[in-house]
Amino acid sequence: MSAAAAVAAVFRRCPVTGLKIDRHAENLIKVNAVISIVTLLVGVIAAIGLVLTRWQAVHLLPVDWFYRLLTAHGLNMLIFFILYFEMAVLYFAGPVMLGCRVPTPRLAWGSFALMLAGTLIVEVMVFSGKADVLFTSYPPLKADPWYYLGIILFAVGALIVTAIFMATLVVAKREHTYEGSVPLVTFGALTAAIIAIITLLHGAAIYIPALAWSLGIITLDPEVYRLLFWGLGHSSQQINVAAQVSIWYLLGGLTVGAVVVNEKISRTAFVLYVGFISMASAHHLLVDPGMGPAWKVWNTSYAMYLAVLASMVHGFTVPAGIETGLRLRGFVNGTFEWLRKAPWSDPGFAGLMLSLVIFGFIGGITGVTMGTEQINILAHNTLRVPGHFHATVVGGTALSFMAVTYYLIPLIFRKKVALWKLARIQPYLFGIGITIFSISMTFAGIFGVPRRHWDISFAQAPFKYEFPPAVDLMLALTAIGGLMAAAAVLIFIASAVISVFFGESLDLAALTPGMAGVPQGLTKLPPQQYESETVAKVHGAGTPGTVVLVAVFLLVFVMYYYTNWKMLSVVWKIG
Amino acid sequence: MEELHSALVAPRGIWWKAAGRQERIWVTVSFVWCMILFAMMPLWHIKGGQNPSGIRARVEPEAFRRRVDQFIADYKIGSEAGVPLVAPPPGSDVYLLARMWQWYPALVLEEGKTYVLHLSSIDVNHGFNLQPFNVNFQVVPGYDYGLRITPNQAGDYRVICNEYCGIGHHLMTGKILVKPAGSAAVAPVAQGGTR
Repeated sequence: MSAAAAVAAVFRRCPVTGLKIDRHAENLIKVNAVISIVTLLVGVIAAIGLVLTRWQAVHLLPVDWFYRLLTAHGLNMLIFFILYFEMAVLYFAGPVMLGCRVPTPRLAWGSFALMLAGTLIVEVMVFSGKADVLFTSYPPLKADPWYYLGIILFAVGALIVTAIFMATLVVAKREHTYEGSVPLVTFGALTAAIIAIITLLHGAAIYIPALAWSLGIITLDPEVYRLLFWGLGHSSQQINVAAQVSIWYLLGGLTVGAVVVNEKISRTAFVLYVGFISMASAHHLLVDPGMGPAWKVWNTSYAMYLAVLASMVHGFTVPAGIETGLRLRGFVNGTFEWLRKAPWSDPGFAGLMLSLVIFGFIGGITGVTMGTEQINILAHNTLRVPGHFHATVVGGTALSFMAVTYYLIPLIFRKKVALWKLARIQPYLFGIGITIFSISMTFAGIFGVPRRHWDISFAQAPFKYEFPPAVDLMLALTAIGGLMAAAAVLIFIASAVISVFFGESLDLAALTPGMAGVPQGLTKLPPQQYESETVAKVHGAGTPGTVVLVAVFLLVFVMYYYTNWKMLSVVWKIG
Repeated sequence: MEELHSALVAPRGIWWKAAGRQERIWVTVSFVWCMILFAMMPLWHIKGGQNPSGIRARVEPEAFRRRVDQFIADYKIGSEAGVPLVAPPPGSDVYLLARMWQWYPALVLEEGKTYVLHLSSIDVNHGFNLQPFNVNFQVVPGYDYGLRITPNQAGDYRVICNEYCGIGHHLMTGKILVKPAGSAAVAPVAQGGTR
């Protein structure tokens, strides 16, 4: 009896979703989300400095601070912001969604402390100018040994959290906290956790030698470093993809009652990520002198593009699930009534849809194209590269994380979302900004404008070169798009911080439809299960709207891809 | 009665069920497209003119520097902006050394002729970016990347560094002058002038 009472004491029951929530899980989600947003703030301040420097007419920062902030921007956005948020996602998809306790709360808090210590060390090193080596820290460029140590501590902490997530699955199964198979969202998070383990082991395999090298103990081959580093650097983006797709499914359910059209298809696609995505390292080495063509062709295509196939499958099943859900709720007319009448003023839904479109149309197409062995000759180290990954990891992943935060604030922090009117336009401002940013950057990159470059006017260089005037326009548009996106991030941060620390408390048992500060999916949770005569009819009729959308996507993909081959065919013969 | 649920719901029973017609078609179409994407790369190795394979070998930075010095001694025709101007004969091995923050030396080539361009670095990573054609290769210390190149258009080209290499990264520009076909008069002069 007392044991049962002790167990009962650490849980609360969510009145909206009916989920049983462990206090430790809840608090760990809170601290990880808060630190995530703090590092996001550091990253976005750096971003503003960077875009205002690359806009040649403004050229804000001096050269040393440009590269210092570029280092800080990469680390804070791509490592700290994203991974802290993903730790929160793991605690949500594991303990919360399965109604299970955190198996080892002390270890969980210890791992958080380790990550925090690593983060602080890295920040101090970067901002004191002892690690001006950019995100990639390619040797022989050398940082202070403490920098590598900070990264290692952070990565070990993150690795422990993935292990705790795995342990949660075991405990939940043994204690029968759920029946049947784990929900699709948890399954997707599991694939993210598996990829995280692969990624972080690559991280250990390269940062531990890098630490030893920085202390003068061993030598380090620059090409081997590049190979292993990208086993961490690109695979970490695949953690993001798996986490983001899981969030798409989660938000689909919460916002509009989206269904899983077919569990087998969606889960198989997630498994493809695990099987093939770790080969992504090769993308970065296509025009390197270290590897031969057979290695490059096989690995860059992730074993015949099977991971690309997985993303194309999710690109169908996510909108198809949304379409089916909305059709089941009565929006059955024509091809697109479901889309027209969707809750576009809900930042959770708007963020989900924009994330899906930006990730697929811009990020996916540009990435697969320039990740082709020969086309990479036109793209390597040009602005096409950041143009691509700002569409995937910023327009896709970060936007989906922000969108789900509008649901986490009421569900986990039990607060109203502050600055509600601004929050509702925030995904649009962010989505449009980052789209302008990514497309303009990509066009500048097509002219060969280098990435990571302080001054492309070459004013002091021995041999002068002037890019065509169109490049100036593209870089100005990049800055304007970037500033729009940065403004939207600042709105998001303000809304989240005010909500969490100064916001109005929310009684989840007394929500009324249409109330300000609470997304519509929570004031009236859409059905999560459909059982009626019409289900078979709607399901059998398929998803004509989604079919049109994916057909347009494929057409754009084919056109962009072959345009690039055409562009390649006119340059010097090289072999 | 058929049941559908969201991704938040733990499915009960067997969920390994046949997919609908539209999903099957999309998965098939996507798979075929992925195979086309894959096939394009080996196909371009056979039919296409631009491949990053090259001749790849390890090289000690000091050894590479000696080759560059010998190359300059053999074919130097002058100097420009503080670096030697070198005009190698068609078909020869051409050396371009990257270092903080210089491309060394400047090259004079002939349109339509083939050369083997050897790229390496003697300090950190650098990036070879040819303008205005936008051709890019990674330059890694300790590795010799030998690329067979055939300039197909005369012109005054620039080489820009596009891998971050320290505080003077933006100062690192070089030059490749491609003479029109048939104007090879400089080559004998160059050879005669320095041997």
